Amino acid sequence: MENKRIGHIIKVNANMVVAEVAGHIIQNEVAYILHGTERLKAEVIRVRANRAEMQVYENTAGLKVGQEVEFSDELLSVELGPGLLGQIFDGLQNPLPALAEKCGFFLKRGVYLEALPDETQWDFTPLVKPGDKVLAGSWLGFVPEKIFKHYIMVPFALSGSLEVISIAASGKYNLKQSIAQVRNSTGKVHDVFLQQIWPVKIPICAYAEKLRPLEPLVTKMRLIDSFFPVSRGGTYCIPGPFGAGKTVLQQLTSRHAEVDIVIIAACGERAGEVVETLKTFPELVDPRTNKPLIDRTVIICNTSSMPVAARESSVYTAATIAEYYRQMGLNVLLLADSTSRWAQAMREMSGRLEEIPGEEAFPSYLESRIASFYERAGLVRLHNGLTGSVTIGGTISPAGGNFEEPVTQATLKVVGAFHGLSRERSDARRYPAIDPLISWSKYKGFIEQEKEDLGHEILRRSHEIFQMMKVIGEEGTSLKDYIQYLKGEFFDFVYLQQNAFDAVDEATPKERQVYIFNFIYDIMLAEFKLDNKQEALHFFQKLRQLLRTWNSAAWGSEEFKKIEEEIEIFLAARA
Amino acid sequence: MQKAYTNIIQIAGDVITVEAEGVGYLDIAEITSRRGVSLAQVIRIDSQKIFLQVFAGSRGISTGDKVRFLGHPMRVATGDNLLGRIFNGNGLPLDHGPVLSEDLVDIGGPPVNPVKRIIPDKMIRTGIPMIDVFNSLVESQKLPIFSIAGEPYNELLSRIAIQVEIDIIILGGMGLKYDDYLFFKETLNKQGALSRSIFFMHTAADPVVECLLVPDIALAVAEDFALKGKRVLVLLSDMTNFADALKEISITMEQVPSNRGYPGDLYSQLASRYEKAVDFQGAGSITILAVTTMPGDDVTHPVPDNTGYITEGQLYLKGSIIEPFGSLSRLKQQVNGKTRSDHRAIMDMMIQLFASYRQAIEKQSMGFQMSAWDNKLLKYGKLFEDNLMSLKVNIPLERALDLGWQILADSFSPEETGIKRSIIEQYWPKK
Repeated sequence: MENKRIGHIIKVNANMVVAEVAGHIIQNEVAYILHGTERLKAEVIRVRANRAEMQVYENTAGLKVGQEVEFSDELLSVELGPGLLGQIFDGLQNPLPALAEKCGFFLKRGVYLEALPDETQWDFTPLVKPGDKVLAGSWLGFVPEKIFKHYIMVPFALSGSLEVISIAASGKYNLKQSIAQVRNSTGKVHDVFLQQIWPVKIPICAYAEKLRPLEPLVTKMRLIDSFFPVSRGGTYCIPGPFGAGKTVLQQLTSRHAEVDIVIIAACGERAGEVVETLKTFPELVDPRTNKPLIDRTVIICNTSSMPVAARESSVYTAATIAEYYRQMGLNVLLLADSTSRWAQAMREMSGRLEEIPGEEAFPSYLESRIASFYERAGLVRLHNGLTGSVTIGGTISPAGGNFEEPVTQATLKVVGAFHGLSRERSDARRYPAIDPLISWSKYKGFIEQEKEDLGHEILRRSHEIFQMMKVIGEEGTSLKDYIQYLKGEFFDFVYLQQNAFDAVDEATPKERQVYIFNFIYDIMLAEFKLDNKQEALHFFQKLRQLLRTWNSAAWGSEEFKKIEEEIEIFLAARA
Repeated sequence: MQKAYTNIIQIAGDVITVEAEGVGYLDIAEITSRRGVSLAQVIRIDSQKIFLQVFAGSRGISTGDKVRFLGHPMRVATGDNLLGRIFNGNGLPLDHGPVLSEDLVDIGGPPVNPVKRIIPDKMIRTGIPMIDVFNSLVESQKLPIFSIAGEPYNELLSRIAIQVEIDIIILGGMGLKYDDYLFFKETLNKQGALSRSIFFMHTAADPVVECLLVPDIALAVAEDFALKGKRVLVLLSDMTNFADALKEISITMEQVPSNRGYPGDLYSQLASRYEKAVDFQGAGSITILAVTTMPGDDVTHPVPDNTGYITEGQLYLKGSIIEPFGSLSRLKQQVNGKTRSDHRAIMDMMIQLFASYRQAIEKQSMGFQMSAWDNKLLKYGKLFEDNLMSLKVNIPLERALDLGWQILADSFSPEETGIKRSIIEQYWPKK
């Protein structure tokens, strides 16, 4: 017998609502506030005696004391199944295009639609037969989704060894039709559907083991790949003051990174930036698959003017979808922009709960929440021996651009690479504005280690000389040092900097990076016949212009070769 | 029919607490005190206790005063009747015209569905080279002017307002000096723009919390016009006062402050206003220009800092010029590729060279020897500052670009600029 637990509102404080409930209350369960004809989704975040303290995922205007609250018995969950790719969801997995069709320009509160339409028919092919032994996460069959085989898996919630009792024949099925039955060791039989439900705040762990991330993830950004590489299954963060180009960097990565699937979690940032992704991705072609980029992308978007609590859930929703595709042996990249907004959503709620605040009023559990989020990344070996990975890259928007603040510090403890953006570099229009002097990476890239080290050394030395020159002046600097300084600047301009608005220069594939890096490496080591500073400056200015033109020439084209020859001749004249 | 309550149990700061039933969160109430009738808004409900922020301030309110709940959130009249009118921070007329109560809309309406937005691509020409060439303004952009007190930010706002092609101008003043208010009125009047303008004025003399409603009212009216196909420019001056009013209320409500006393939700509060800037598919648009004064010229102060993370760039007004570093229009890339093929090259290189000029200046001031290159930079910087950067300059984009080439040619040889050859060949001025 259905016996819905009902509570009544007794307190309203912005998006925190307290209700008195008769009967039990489950921590983190979903509740609905009944406001006229509207049903507003909320999540229980603290229980005190018979009072449920809830964060409401909607605007709470007009709520009154005494209004009913219906408790659902379920944790906040998402639907996982074919049809996720190419979708645009809000933080609660509401499909935004469908909402727009229904409600027009504005996001009407209390309207929730199915994330995946039930009636869509999928072409199922079985991979197992009755009697086969399987585990949670084992592949039972697949349906085609965009360019991928979308594997249908044994529900992650089941445990122990299971036996396949029945499996559907090849054919068309919708999300609500059972395609298999499995029996566990106690004899209980479970139906398996194309779709499964999973609570977002719990990681999916239906794999054999987690491995060390060793293989580089190519982002086609020279500064990242050559100097501060990220591994597949690794984590990295991009803190930076506003205007330093965090979002542009994320957008470029989402386009060019060599992964199977990209999940973009636009969390509490500008709507305009999401729109750019939304509108351009269907038209941009992924060079590796010749299909539109949107086909490999899922966008979770909870922009800054959308309800704050849903911002908190949006990163979990994104992580869950990423983990789901990892279970299919795919390489997934999750880009979260910005984790500071997510942390701020926690802070707002913590304040309303009147918890004792930590630094800058962030809750004391900030660090552990950040750590457990980044820990959802990883390279894993599945039960069938194949591997899959989730790489997480999060931007941070530190208050005042100061990296000493709690969110940046908590993140730096748990990530494998740090791409720190600096105001000085962005003011000087040196993009990407990743500061090579403060950034680091624990992962191994594809550039030879000693060459990479020398690159770092040249940049450091050049910077030192520059600082020194500020004090002792150019005239006090030796020609040798001055040339060292110019070399560093030259290296920065033609290799580290990349023009995001140049069709060729915006993405540099691995082979080209290695080739250009080695080419410049030789220039770095070479001695040139330069008699005075004036001449040296002029020489490197000219060389810089040549290299920049070279950077805009397509890889392997006639033009590319022509410019290369021109550079060789130019260099030979001074060798 | 609405019941009036008289049991005010607490008055603290500008927040009063009254015992009442059946009151909706964020509903509006009227308080009748010896000082007249003031509006108030429900900001917290704790069973019987209703917390209200009183817009006219709590001074003179007695515990025996009458509180009448209107049973709805704050609303504002919309439509063409508002054009040419001047209202206060509550939407009541200041110009002796009639009170308007037609086409009422709720303020602080729901956010726009991101998928219904379009990528902004219409440049707004201002005639100011530092904006048009280096930081192009785009329709539906939200752009603050960061400035210290004393800079001519209101002059800049009004100049942009009268020079751009836009259907309706809405000015929301928060803590505006009375002189500035008169200045806006006179300038718009002189240029014949008053009849397409609407003022919502909260002056420095008015109670502080009254300015909390100004952005919401101004933007609700703007949204209504935009949905009817109008291109609306909303000017807000000064958003720091708005943030300070938020701070005052949150401290009164005993919220834990996050940074220099500002509430933890400052970002969300500012964002929900700025994000009203939009270009509706098949209808009009809202462009927001706002002034954010920076206490002590400190861009890391919580108000400019949070604003910078929300808005699509910022204009940094310093020493009466729009500072090339620190100023940024994030949407410029959407439009400056379609103006003239040299626009981006000029924009990038002139700024990079200007950065070198600043270094040369630094060197000079420390008494170091100037190299030939430094002297070239010094010449360049001076030309740039006088001919392009000054706010006095008022020329169309194309002339500004030509002028940019002229300045480069007067100072450097082509390869010293670092501009791609193909562009140099096309645009380098022939002697």
